[in-house]
Amino acid sequence: MTVPAPHGTSCPNCGAPIRFRWAQAVQTTCDFCKSVLVRTGLDLERVGEQAEFPVTGSPVQLGMEARWGNRSLLVVGRLTYAWARGRWNEWYCRVSDGSSAWLSDAQLDYAITVDVAPGMRLPDPSTLQVGGSVRTDTREYVVTSLTQAQYVGTEGELPFATSDRSLCWFADLRDPAGGFATLDGSESPPLLFSGEYVTWKQLAPTGAREFAGW
Amino acid sequence: MVTTAAALSCPSCGASITLHALGWAVTVVCATCGAELDALDPKLQILREHGRKLTFTPRIPLGTRGTVRDVPYEVIGCQRVTITVEGTDYSWTEYVCFNPYHGFLYLSEYEGHWNVIEPLREQPQHRAGIGRSAVDARGRRFQHFQTANARTSFALGEFPWELRVGDAVHAADYVSPPYLLSSEGSDYETTWSLGRYTTPAEMAEMFGMPELDQRPNGVFANQPNPHVREAHRIRRVLLPLLLVWLVLLVGTLMLTRKESVFTDSYRFDHALAEANAVVTEPFELKGRPSNVRVNIQTELSNDWAWFALALINESTGESREVGKQVSYYSGVDSDGSWTEGSQRGAVSISEVPAGQYVLRIGPEGGEPTGRTTNYTVTVTRDVPSYAFFIVALFAIVLPAGLAWLPVFGFENRRWLESDHEGPPMALPAGEDDT
Repeated sequence: MTVPAPHGTSCPNCGAPIRFRWAQAVQTTCDFCKSVLVRTGLDLERVGEQAEFPVTGSPVQLGMEARWGNRSLLVVGRLTYAWARGRWNEWYCRVSDGSSAWLSDAQLDYAITVDVAPGMRLPDPSTLQVGGSVRTDTREYVVTSLTQAQYVGTEGELPFATSDRSLCWFADLRDPAGGFATLDGSESPPLLFSGEYVTWKQLAPTGAREFAGW
Repeated sequence: MVTTAAALSCPSCGASITLHALGWAVTVVCATCGAELDALDPKLQILREHGRKLTFTPRIPLGTRGTVRDVPYEVIGCQRVTITVEGTDYSWTEYVCFNPYHGFLYLSEYEGHWNVIEPLREQPQHRAGIGRSAVDARGRRFQHFQTANARTSFALGEFPWELRVGDAVHAADYVSPPYLLSSEGSDYETTWSLGRYTTPAEMAEMFGMPELDQRPNGVFANQPNPHVREAHRIRRVLLPLLLVWLVLLVGTLMLTRKESVFTDSYRFDHALAEANAVVTEPFELKGRPSNVRVNIQTELSNDWAWFALALINESTGESREVGKQVSYYSGVDSDGSWTEGSQRGAVSISEVPAGQYVLRIGPEGGEPTGRTTNYTVTVTRDVPSYAFFIVALFAIVLPAGLAWLPVFGFENRRWLESDHEGPPMALPAGEDDT
């Protein structure tokens, strides 16, 4: 029996070393055999194998660092969603202040959101209409899009296990100040991720993918 | 290093297709046969076949790269969008531009008028209230311009949305030159975008295509009013000029002496004719050469008189001659009582040097039935002339007023193309780059 180093252990499938970059991560993917591993206490359980990743063309990748105001982000995980008219990624990020955030890249419109506990019960996204309003305890948003989507791939470290691949409703919300939020209907009551749009210039990333000819 | 592009072939006609926005393009339209293909499908599943030849040649060919705000973009898609207003079709061209880091940017062109368009992240707010609708965004108020069903009438290349030729969206445009705020609505999504009017010269520079620099036709919805700058410039100098005018006026009032130097009363007897002429007692005019005003107050009633005046310098004998007619008539007719003329008359003699002077007064004329009348002559030295100030005031205010005529002419032509009758009730603001 080996004593795991802090955040360090090995893959139960192939024995390759697994190192968590993020202490609170629950799930990761073995870089070597692509096994999807879920942490249960000190042990790692293999729950599946990462499928061939659908192309998304995102310049974001694991290990990329970016600015978020006066904080910095390190991209440690990825969830890819598919919906009827395309795909987008939610990149799980470790924030320099010890918290975590999600960087989304739908159609290369970047937004950074954090999981906030709304001080009230919010409506299920499937009951909303585009153009309608959603009031949280701090802001009043307008519903700008309604999407049914599901995970089609995961990569790296994530704060939860991604076993459920059913279609869920998502509502994108905006406010006049540029505030952005997603109401995630995968749970009941729905989860609220709130934050803001950012531009690639504002992110000023290092370690992004490089594209030939650009 | 990876590539964003993928070389594929059209399953409808076999022509080669390069996907530039790999992973983000949702629809690609084959440049050869016009087939609409599912760009998310590795096999480019056919959504609809057309089997047509190209009917439209974009002014900016697909694959052209340009630089917008220091970011390089490649033109990867082009569509013609058509609206029908009162039975007439109007079409413009929209281009999809792509950068694998910065995302998508759009261009539109109508009759040589260009806009560079980006997605708007802030949610615009509709203004409640009476009158035509308006929305606020980015600290500006946008006036509603036009709402129409905009349908895709031709397409070529890649689009980051599901595109079908013939499909329409509900589109509303709001303007605050040089910006154009547009909303496109469907059941599942409302998108807002912000266009900035871009001159053909700027477009030519950005895309390295000198041939784009051609004079556009007519006035476009968010084209900056070229006359506003001049009108605002004149408006800005108006206040200082009025201040200068006021200072000059006050200064003149303060500096002129308006000194009464002589007054006396005389009698004019019609019967005496030439013998009425009088020469006043000598009086002294002081100070710098300036004007002398002679005021004649008469008691004429239904009568007139001509006063021949000569201001004579006693030491040099130099004579300055002027004349003034005074007439006053009154009566009663069917419209009531009336008067004509005045019992008072005044005349100015300019540039009179200091010295000892007399005034020779020769009254003559008058109605044959007229009676003897008394009159008082007052000589005043250095009296301000208001005529200059009145003319100057017009000279200052008139150009400022006239400068707004082309401004409103341009606004009228702009709003002629809108859903509305004429411009909104607001002065067009000057162009700014915020």
